[in-house]
Amino acid sequence: MLKMTHLSKVYRTEVVETYALRDFNIDVKEGEFVAVTGPSGSGKTTFLTIAGLLETFTGGTYHLDNIEVSQLDDNARSKIRNEKIGFIFQAFNLIPDLNVFDNVEVPLRYRGMKAPERKERIMGALERVGLASRAKHYPAELSGGQQQRVAIARALAGSPRLLLADEPTGNLDTQMARGVMELLEEIHREGATIVMVTHDPELAARAQRNVHIIDGQVVDLAEDPRFHAHVVEARQGQGRS
Amino acid sequence: MFGYYFQLGLRSLRRNPALTALMVMAIGFGVAASMTTYAVFRAVSGNPIPDRSARLFTPQIDAWGPQQNLKGGEPAEALGYVDAMALMRANEAKRQTLLYPVQLSVIPQGNRDLPLNANGYAVTSDFFAMFEVPFRYGSGWSGQDDAARTADVVISDELDQKLFGGADSVGQTLNLGGHDYRIVGVASHWNPRPRFYDLFSTGGFADEPDIYMVFNRALDLQMRTGGRNSCRGSLSFTTWQEYLQSNCVWITPWVELDSSVDVAGYRRFLTNYAAEQQHAGRFNWAPNVRLRDVMQWMDQEQVVPPESRISLAVALGFFVICLVNTIGLLLAKFMRRAGEIGVRRALGATRGEIYAQYLIEAGTVGLTGGLVGLLLTAVGVGGVSVLFRPEIAKLARLDPSLVALTLAVAIVATVMAAFYPAWRAAHVQPAWQLKSS
Repeated sequence: MLKMTHLSKVYRTEVVETYALRDFNIDVKEGEFVAVTGPSGSGKTTFLTIAGLLETFTGGTYHLDNIEVSQLDDNARSKIRNEKIGFIFQAFNLIPDLNVFDNVEVPLRYRGMKAPERKERIMGALERVGLASRAKHYPAELSGGQQQRVAIARALAGSPRLLLADEPTGNLDTQMARGVMELLEEIHREGATIVMVTHDPELAARAQRNVHIIDGQVVDLAEDPRFHAHVVEARQGQGRS
Repeated sequence: MFGYYFQLGLRSLRRNPALTALMVMAIGFGVAASMTTYAVFRAVSGNPIPDRSARLFTPQIDAWGPQQNLKGGEPAEALGYVDAMALMRANEAKRQTLLYPVQLSVIPQGNRDLPLNANGYAVTSDFFAMFEVPFRYGSGWSGQDDAARTADVVISDELDQKLFGGADSVGQTLNLGGHDYRIVGVASHWNPRPRFYDLFSTGGFADEPDIYMVFNRALDLQMRTGGRNSCRGSLSFTTWQEYLQSNCVWITPWVELDSSVDVAGYRRFLTNYAAEQQHAGRFNWAPNVRLRDVMQWMDQEQVVPPESRISLAVALGFFVICLVNTIGLLLAKFMRRAGEIGVRRALGATRGEIYAQYLIEAGTVGLTGGLVGLLLTAVGVGGVSVLFRPEIAKLARLDPSLVALTLAVAIVATVMAAFYPAWRAAHVQPAWQLKSS
């Protein structure tokens, strides 16, 4: 479904080159639920934005659903984003002056879907996340958990092949986070491919497979001492909170 | 998607209301200033007879000589009786007419009402066909009537309304200045602006004439011009005949010429005529003649008042400044929503779709500014007398074409002002926006 081979991403300034990803390799099969973990600045989000075709890469290859994406123009990349990928962000990223219905409608509009089909899909997605009764509410009138559910409904409405989630519970309290996580698991059980970036080892443990990134590279969890140090650090941090 | 983007644009007007209000007012005032001054400019600078303006010519013959001529050796703007009648007798053009303004009193029948003042023209018969005067009833008179010096008259629709309640008054008798005339035609509303055929007396702008009478008949009645009369040297005439033979100019001639060959031929004729007058000892100078068509004549006579051009230029400059401000305001408004743009891009919007969305949003700002501008234009058109002479100021009016133009200019100008801000919006990097949020 998602395969990156020897992929690199370099940010260049006049004086310095910074590798955000270096010789990065990952292969996510269809139907997998993969958690991507790693310390801050390790390149998790860069990986996710490249995976979501929101950013280009410097070297290597990236196949998404068997399409080599490096040569695609903006229109083709936008079309793939619209039809094959659903995004869930930590900060929800709902558009504040659109109500819930209109927020979920956004990707369907860009797909050129007719109004009756749009409505059916939107209401279906909202029912799925338990917010059909809030269709006319604005984001500011919803709790954080509800806003994230709207964002999930927006991601689901277009029936994407791949869901990319960036710290989907990062802005939620424990109870809301649990609800969102259960929803993602349910979506996965129904066949969706999910790649989730998270700091939270507990959430990562609920995924089928964990991929750890350090310094822009996927590392072997068993062998890399940096990983063990990071896991200890993360658990201590969680204990403090 | 246009409907969707338009809907988003309308919603966006409510967002950042202060910023929106600033843009709307900038566009509104800019477009209103431009349209108000344009309303005047349009009224004074248009082609008053577009179908025929290139075929109608006014001849000028220098009867004053180089010492007394107008600036730049230009002959007088009208003809005296001697030269005017000579042109008519020569009959060298397809059609030709002479005209001068007259002022008369209309004596109502039965002495029930007080006399009315009537302004009009003494003209020859070709006047009506040459200038395509529309008729509600009847028609003009014939060349035979010119020669027979008949007491025929054509009246305006407005005078017909006053005197006959708008009924067909052809054949009725009208007493003008104590003489009876037979009405042969009622002209429909006809008042070309500028009044190209009589720039000499009106400068281009005057109320619609009430009557048209037979030129020779007016001469027989020794009717003095009701317009300008321009003479050179010491004025020694005391009788009508002496006045006719003087160098005073007061008659405007027009000829109709169909082709460039005809124009060249008529110009030759004018030169030959002036040369004959020189040989005869009447002119002590070389032939100095002109033959200009309608637009050349209006240009020569500077019908468009300088204040109209200046005020239009100033207003357009003001509008440009307003638009430059609008560019900055649109940029601020759009870039505040970089996060939203990032989300839309992530959800599948192409750069082109973001560009279109923001241009259409700018169009809604322009439309709102245009509606405000329309109100201000209406106020401005009502108050242009502050800037212009009354006879020009009253020409400015807010008709449907100006309403449409005001809205179109506001929308198009604002959309153009949004090219750069929308381009910036379309090139927002979605990854950066989503990372930073």
